[in-house]
Amino acid sequence: MKKVLQKAYLALILIFLYAPILTLMVLSFNASKSRAKWGGFTLRWYQEMFDSSTIMDALYNSLSIALFAAIIATLIGVLACIGIQAMGKGPRAICMTLNNIPILNAEIVTGLSLMICFGAFGISLGYGTILVSHVAFCIPYVILSVMPRLKTTSSAAYEAAMDLGAPPIQAFFRVVLPDLMPGILSGFLLAFTMSLDDFVISYFTRGRGINTLSTLVYTQVRRGIVPTMYALSTVIFLAVLLFLLAQNFLPQQLEKLSRRHHARRAHE
Amino acid sequence: MSKRFGKQLLAGPYLFWMIAFTIIPLIMMGVKGLTDSQGNFTLNNLMAMGNPVNSQALILSLELSLISTVLCLLLAYPLALILRNMGSGSNSLIVFLFVLPMWMNFLLRTFAWQTLLEKEGVINGLLSALGLPGINIINTPAAIVLGMVYNFLPFMVLPLYNALAKISDDVINAAHDLGANRAQTLVRVLIPQSLPGIISGITMVFVPALTTFVISDILGGAKILLIGNVIEQQFTVSYDWNTGAGLSIVLMIFVLASMALLNIFDKNGEGTVL
Amino acid sequence: MSTPLIDLVGITKRFDDTLVLDDLNLSIRENEFVTLLGPSGCGKTTTLRILGGFTQPDQGKVLFEGKDISNVPPHKRQLNTVFQKYALFSHLNIEENIAFGLKIKKKSKQYIRDKIDYALKLVNLDDYGKRMPDSLSGGQQQRIAIARAIVNEPKVLLLDEPLGALDLKLRQDMQYELIRLKNELGITFVYVTHDQEEALTMSDTIVVMNQGYIQQMGTPEQIYNEPENAFVADFIGDSNIIDGTMIQDLVVEICGVRFPCVDTGFGRNKPVDVVIRPEDVELIQSENAPLIGTVSHLIFKGVHYEMEVEAGGFTWLVHSTSMSPVGSRVGLYVSPENIQIMNKPASEDEEAQVNE
Repeated sequence: MKKVLQKAYLALILIFLYAPILTLMVLSFNASKSRAKWGGFTLRWYQEMFDSSTIMDALYNSLSIALFAAIIATLIGVLACIGIQAMGKGPRAICMTLNNIPILNAEIVTGLSLMICFGAFGISLGYGTILVSHVAFCIPYVILSVMPRLKTTSSAAYEAAMDLGAPPIQAFFRVVLPDLMPGILSGFLLAFTMSLDDFVISYFTRGRGINTLSTLVYTQVRRGIVPTMYALSTVIFLAVLLFLLAQNFLPQQLEKLSRRHHARRAHE
Repeated sequence: MSKRFGKQLLAGPYLFWMIAFTIIPLIMMGVKGLTDSQGNFTLNNLMAMGNPVNSQALILSLELSLISTVLCLLLAYPLALILRNMGSGSNSLIVFLFVLPMWMNFLLRTFAWQTLLEKEGVINGLLSALGLPGINIINTPAAIVLGMVYNFLPFMVLPLYNALAKISDDVINAAHDLGANRAQTLVRVLIPQSLPGIISGITMVFVPALTTFVISDILGGAKILLIGNVIEQQFTVSYDWNTGAGLSIVLMIFVLASMALLNIFDKNGEGTVL
Repeated sequence: MSTPLIDLVGITKRFDDTLVLDDLNLSIRENEFVTLLGPSGCGKTTTLRILGGFTQPDQGKVLFEGKDISNVPPHKRQLNTVFQKYALFSHLNIEENIAFGLKIKKKSKQYIRDKIDYALKLVNLDDYGKRMPDSLSGGQQQRIAIARAIVNEPKVLLLDEPLGALDLKLRQDMQYELIRLKNELGITFVYVTHDQEEALTMSDTIVVMNQGYIQQMGTPEQIYNEPENAFVADFIGDSNIIDGTMIQDLVVEICGVRFPCVDTGFGRNKPVDVVIRPEDVELIQSENAPLIGTVSHLIFKGVHYEMEVEAGGFTWLVHSTSMSPVGSRVGLYVSPENIQIMNKPASEDEEAQVNE
């Protein structure tokens, strides 16, 4: 009895979570523009979506910004972790507090403060300002992903490698970095998805004439019924699904690989 | 010593980026909010929150985000508890199912509820097909609360689940062993021990709900203004950046105050964000 | 002989496809210190969890003072458990942990206060009431876990490898502490461990378990001196387990040599397992000895020397206070009362009969 109630509760929440998304997917094949009536099956909205240069430009912007932001944030973040680890207690605490500001701050405040700042220095808003801002709010997440791993692995393995005759740089690349890899990868993926999903900060730092997917959806939705948005939702949901499956699957694989790598090293 | 310092230098780009694109912008916002359009010091921008339109928006925001947070907590706690009790075997897939919608584009998720709730929307279409009267919920505070709960529920589930999963079975068995029934175990052991998760869940729902302008825009129509909408319009419609910055500062103070308030409950200080 | 307090009747338990307990019957008397001893996976912890009510048996009954409590939930049983990893409530201080059960039972403030003071004194942690569990050492946490259980005045205290997480020295101290507690409280202890030394030190009765079956039940002396089968002999202490033949009552042949023994009733020319403890093998002048061998290994162990002696095609483990260097020839002697005869395990026994 209790088991049945629990299952029913899980099912209800799942319906609540997925019904809206499924609705969008169904509507994306609806020939009628109405939300209330089924006008027959069509792929027209997908056609229109892929033909629309506005949507494709926005898609390109979102993906390229997310990719560059994630790469830059990961590089800066990993270097920062090593640097922060080498610091004394006080400076380290300051850095970690600094790190929490963008995470805890309301997005609207972060976005507006960046907009004010760019305005004050006469920097015109566009692709560059979005990218720079995205890097700024992505770095803290990279650090949160990498820091715990660095804490557990670094010193002992690193010192052991040097004890066995590896010079410091080599010890880092052969021992520390492979150990950090899963953390780095999950930090990179987190940064990528945070950037891709962002609306508020892009909205305030984008300037005119450039859209990311989120800002495009916002303007389109405010304008009224747009069936291409249903098609877009479907495509994005499926992409997210694949991406997340890979993300949940890949780090494990990578961990396995790095362990095997170590095992082989040990054999040699 | 020098080698250690050399290593510390690796944090340089990070510090540059954080100072240039987090600290300085916040300072600039502070300056904007405390000056008038001529650049003279003033408190008027902060006082603008006292203006009835703005203060009503703030009060409504507080109300709706509070209601949403409580609803999220009430929905998520049993869910997290069930997920915890399912044990570690099958649940990584199930937890994945509950987190998946969180990664769907936020705008599209909100847009989905608009299509469902609209006067000519999917729900009313289905209802009329069944010969039932339609519902009229779009452009009401209820629709906004629904959107908030929908969007932020996973942010509540995750920290709760993580906190509950940390409690060992033997601790729960010990409570039963000492005579506590299910309800007593929940109140005396599970809830107190998952408090850090509850706190961080509340933070992760309350702050974005309090400061959103998108959900209210899409589901609340033009008539219902939350404080997020008021601030956004200062910048994008009235172009009064000074007042907008002033209101933002006041909002930030509310956010910080609510987090400080929550931290008082979090004795152990474990309730970090993620 | 006091009356049985707990009876486990025909308990069977499976997890998925593994049979963990197979038709287990066990009776525990009032005021007894019973130890369930066995290697991991032998079913001892499952037995304890069934007693505590945390696991339901698939078949069988749990009787408490003659009444069936199989379906009584844990919080209504008159038993309390001390968990392996202590399972203290980390959000409560020591006093609140101890008071937990009493508050649930709505005891008066004064009663709870007295109980806390009494329990803290009993476990020698008088001044720790206001501390948080995390700030205590493992041994201290364990004592608090015991205090938390006993203030509820259970008739039976169940202890699940309570000393497993402690280091050797602390474990030995805690063994004496537990014996003292048991004597002061005058209640039944059911204790689970895989450590034979712990079991021998503390118990009134030891139940040796393996693969869901009770292998032997008896006093520590019985278990140690008269193991009923090779598993028990092997598991409890070091021993020489040698193939032998029971020639007739009181005579057994080992390594081709006939030894006088004290066992009867095995029949004639019957293959048996012979158990001889290493400390019972005496090294004597070789000319008078029934068996002669060569020392192949020698280790100094502090109290005694541990030697391996090759004799009669078998490697004998010998503990002796006198030393014979590696390579020297020694005579082996075992006095009749130190020779323990056991039946071969059932299946091999049948094979032997078929071969005849």
